[in-house]
Amino acid sequence: MKLPASATAADRRLLPEGRLAGPMPWVIAIMMFLTALAGAAGLGIGAAAVELRQGLGERLTVQIVEANPDTRNAQARAALRTLSKLPEVKLATRVGDAEITRMLAPWFGAGGLGEDVPIPALIDVSLTPEGIDHGDMIAGALARVAPAAHVDNTSEWLGPLARLMHGLALLAAGIVLLMMGATAAAVVLAARGALNTHRATIDTLHLLGATDVQVARLFQRRIALDALFGGGIGFLAGILVILLLGAEISRVGSALLGVGHLPPAAWLLIAILPFLAMALATVTARITVVNALRQML
Amino acid sequence: MQFEEVGLRYGADAETLVDVSFTLEEGGFYFLTGPSGAGKTSLLKMLYLAQRPTRGKISMFGQEVTGLARDRLPGFRRRIGVVFQDFRLLSHLTVFDNIALPLRVAGVEEHDLQAPVREMLAWVGLAQRAEARPATLSGGEQQRVAIARAVIARPEILVADEPTGNVDPEMAARLLHLFDALNKLGTTLVVATHDLHLLSRVSRAQMMRLDRGRLSDPTGSLRYPPRSA
Repeated sequence: MKLPASATAADRRLLPEGRLAGPMPWVIAIMMFLTALAGAAGLGIGAAAVELRQGLGERLTVQIVEANPDTRNAQARAALRTLSKLPEVKLATRVGDAEITRMLAPWFGAGGLGEDVPIPALIDVSLTPEGIDHGDMIAGALARVAPAAHVDNTSEWLGPLARLMHGLALLAAGIVLLMMGATAAAVVLAARGALNTHRATIDTLHLLGATDVQVARLFQRRIALDALFGGGIGFLAGILVILLLGAEISRVGSALLGVGHLPPAAWLLIAILPFLAMALATVTARITVVNALRQML
Repeated sequence: MQFEEVGLRYGADAETLVDVSFTLEEGGFYFLTGPSGAGKTSLLKMLYLAQRPTRGKISMFGQEVTGLARDRLPGFRRRIGVVFQDFRLLSHLTVFDNIALPLRVAGVEEHDLQAPVREMLAWVGLAQRAEARPATLSGGEQQRVAIARAVIARPEILVADEPTGNVDPEMAARLLHLFDALNKLGTTLVVATHDLHLLSRVSRAQMMRLDRGRLSDPTGSLRYPPRSA
């Protein structure tokens, strides 16, 4: 008898054929389907959270709300100088009048506001990753040189959303772990059932001098194939649903629903799942069978 | 092989085997007799290491095996051939594969086991039934497959439990001839049987008799028919 991968056809016949006859492959298929969905959701939400953090969370908007244009411009220049010296700031640029006019056009028309309505000076600030949590410090530094500065820290209002997304990603990871646990439990039950079914054959093999490891290999090979079959079916069904959902989400165009555009690393992780299930089933089957065989003489 | 004051009890019942002591000589031929329920099968189970005694000491191949660790049992079992009373052929395997089983368990390569299995099939007269399943064989043919499987790996001890119980007198004589030939090749034989005629056919055989769990001839010197007869 050899390793499962190199077992001869004769070795494989030592147990009666019966693969796919039991419910285990289909139980694993269902588990894998749900695991793939949970995994994709978790990875998608995680990717969306990162994008959100990088896109909005690392940015600040500074408004200089001052009616006097000279004072406004002076404070804006002072604010830019201060910001450029802070290590937490990657880049600070003043938003030009043309851009502000374009942004206000939907409300005030394309003609602009002229000189009658004072418009705040806007400074767009990109933060370093370390600077995200230092919004208050930056606001304090600006208050000293530009009293009319008002800091709009996007990370403040994004915080609860980011925490929610982080929580959802963790929940998805927890569901994946639970599914793996349930898969292992299904394998334990299947292995015990198979042991009972083939008890007479096992006894005979033992009395002919077969070791526990030799007997266990016969079971683990079969269970590994069942797991790969079930895992493959569930995985394909899961991928199909993920692609369909992704297409629908892409149509909605929500940046928050990142599952529509999973990064390549996430796809790789999801693709590993059936093989992970097979490895889990093989190890579980081996441990279960060897432990059960130890109860025999 | 040596049994010293061996006792066996199943659960809380009275002892099935009581103070069984004997020594089997290497290359000996032993018949084990006794009425039904005397404990013959239990004694044989201990001989082929399918049962541990509840007391006493068993030694074989120069080592005590009474409390042998499980992982060391296969090595000893491969040195013992067993013909089970119910044959225990694997119904999903062909005759060829059943006979090849001990060699495969021992790790013999496929190309190395073809010749000995074919030779064994011819020896037991089943060369034409190599691809048959056990269910399609007669009782005598199944018996011969069981014997071929028991001896294919050249065991040092062959244990047979009622090997002639399911065959006609002519087949019984043929089987005994097979055992005799094996014994002459050096294999120690222990054959449990009710068939008293069988005992008289091997002149050098010794007899052990079990009655209510006690071995009535621990020395193995009693012959059938007894020397005094």
